[in-house]
Amino acid sequence: MNGYLIETEDLRKAFGDVTAVDGISLKIPAGSIYGILGPNGAGKSTTIRMLCGLLTPSSGKARVNGLDVYTQSEQIKQRLGYMSQSFSLYDDLTVLENLRFYATIYGVRGREREERIRQLIAMAGITGRERQLAGTLSGGWKQRLALGCALIHKPQLLVLDEPTAGVDPVARRVFWELIFKLAAQGITVLITTHYMDEAQSCDRIAFVFGGKILAEGTPAELVASGEFRNLEDVFIDYVEQTTGQKVRSSFEEIKFLLRSDGGGVQ
Amino acid sequence: MNLSRFGMVIWKEFKHIYRDPVSLRLVILMPLLFTLLFGYAITTDVEHIGLAVYDGDQSYESRELIRKFVASDYFSLEQMAGDSLQLEALLDAGEVKAALVIPEGYGKKLKRGEVPESLLIIDGTDPTIARTALQSGNLIANVYNMRTLSDGVFQVAEMKTRVWYNPNLESAKFIIPGLIGLIMQNITVMLTAFALVREKEKGTIEQLIVTPLRPVELILGKLVPYIMIGSIDFLIALFFGTWYFHVPINGSIFLLLGLGFLFVISALAIGMLISTVTKNQLQSMQLAFITILPTVLLSGFMFPRDGMPLAVYWLGNLFPMTYFLEILRGIILKGIGLEYLWKEVAGMTAIGALLLAAAIKKFHKSLD
Ligand SMILES: Nc1ncnc2c1ncn2[C@@H]1O[C@H](COP(=O)(O)OP(=O)(O)OP(=O)(O)O)[C@@H](O)[C@H]1O
Ligand SMILES: [Mg+2]
Repeated sequence: MNGYLIETEDLRKAFGDVTAVDGISLKIPAGSIYGILGPNGAGKSTTIRMLCGLLTPSSGKARVNGLDVYTQSEQIKQRLGYMSQSFSLYDDLTVLENLRFYATIYGVRGREREERIRQLIAMAGITGRERQLAGTLSGGWKQRLALGCALIHKPQLLVLDEPTAGVDPVARRVFWELIFKLAAQGITVLITTHYMDEAQSCDRIAFVFGGKILAEGTPAELVASGEFRNLEDVFIDYVEQTTGQKVRSSFEEIKFLLRSDGGGVQ
Repeated sequence: MNLSRFGMVIWKEFKHIYRDPVSLRLVILMPLLFTLLFGYAITTDVEHIGLAVYDGDQSYESRELIRKFVASDYFSLEQMAGDSLQLEALLDAGEVKAALVIPEGYGKKLKRGEVPESLLIIDGTDPTIARTALQSGNLIANVYNMRTLSDGVFQVAEMKTRVWYNPNLESAKFIIPGLIGLIMQNITVMLTAFALVREKEKGTIEQLIVTPLRPVELILGKLVPYIMIGSIDFLIALFFGTWYFHVPINGSIFLLLGLGFLFVISALAIGMLISTVTKNQLQSMQLAFITILPTVLLSGFMFPRDGMPLAVYWLGNLFPMTYFLEILRGIILKGIGLEYLWKEVAGMTAIGALLLAAAIKKFHKSLD
């Protein structure tokens, strides 16, 4: 395993004519928080789904904890916690029922199960809402319940697909505090995001665009690789290079227009 | 198969059903509603055919024949015509669907022991009504003639005519058992056709697939609650249908219940297979209809299977409903047991098992 929990080589996935993932090679160190950053449709979810055994790759290699995603995906699932991009627990089951269901499915039983559920409810801060239907929880609570369900079997790898999308800043902060705690316990976290500040919090990041990795490294390395002020600059620069379009200058133009408009009023 | 995982899926599925009171009520109401609706639709369309009569004989016997027609419930006397021309006009105008002509001398012939002639004219625009009118008209006239002829001659003859009397009841007897099978098939296939696609549509399947849960545990676990519901539905349809339409169960009720249970499982397996191969509720609805519709014809519900071309006949063998129809009619009407029905039971079990195996095999733990 040589210190990497996940290794992929030239991983590809095509849906008919659309190539969602176009040759991604990753090495994710065990125990790290690894971020995949990229705009809508970049191929983040597709990459993650192939690693979790939800989608079969079209070609390329991928190993999770030394296990092959083509042939050993059921074994991979035993030690993997996954939170999908949209809430996919049962709306018509209560918080407790959802947790019990997944605990039993993962083979956590009896006293151990109740103890584990109690811990996770406390950790996720959903105490007092155990008997509420999951569908009636608000965004932040749902997110933390889903995290709880993903952790019920003490996985060594936690895969989170845009876990903080549509969640308010405070709830996002609380969520990241949890992720840091989990990483400190030695759990490897693979997370996708749109947000620069979240990317900044990762140990390493891969910037994915059009199904390809454009840049990879620690946030500090990436910023230091050129004359950049911050991560945002780095990525805008890469997008401009790849697409040949001037994202930044067009943004400046808008600012300029706004300023001249404002001047006109005064 | 891991029993605690299997049990957990059953428990979860029960919760879903329990938390959806609308579908829970529908599940109880459906067999009642369908039995009533279809039962009436099929057994009453043949009653009260409008009849006009020209009685050229004006004898006791001719009036008695008219009375028999009216008493049969198949015909209702709309008008007495003065001559046969007026009868024709009534038929042409569509005011009546059938016309009866009793010629002069009808009563005399009957008294002499000859078979007298009478004429029943039927409007053939609606073949179903026409066929029924023709058959029942013939039957009524024959029965009346036989009865009159046999009066005081043979007591045996009198009894024979009684068996043939009231053919209306006979048709209900034949229809209702088949109808119970048809209704049960439609309800159960629909029950499971949505079982998996609902999870696909809501996205909950994604979370389920990343767990170690095995296809056999998921499919069978989802099936169990519906087996119970389907069995309750069968009890309702069976007892309500036979009681309401006065169809006695001649054979063993326990055998019927046991085989009904087996049928429910087989039919649920069809729905489950549909659920595994479709992506959303609309698709599974369509596929369910495409599967259910041909069984109405292929299973022998409407037409006897013996006259069908071989290929069509074999196609019918693919549906559990075909076997169950034989079983229902065999036990309810003929009162026969396993010694005659074992082939149907074996066929139904085999098809059911095959369908279930296919559903489990077809369910892949992946989103592609
Ligand atoms: N099942 C599918 N069938 C066809 N095309 C798909 C499918 N899933 C994804 N795609 C396409 O693949 C590309 C990558 O999608 P993916 O969901 O991986 O992007 P993403 O980076 O997760 O985007 P987002 O930030 O919006 O979640 C998109 O163009 C998408 O339309
Ligand atoms: Mg995505």
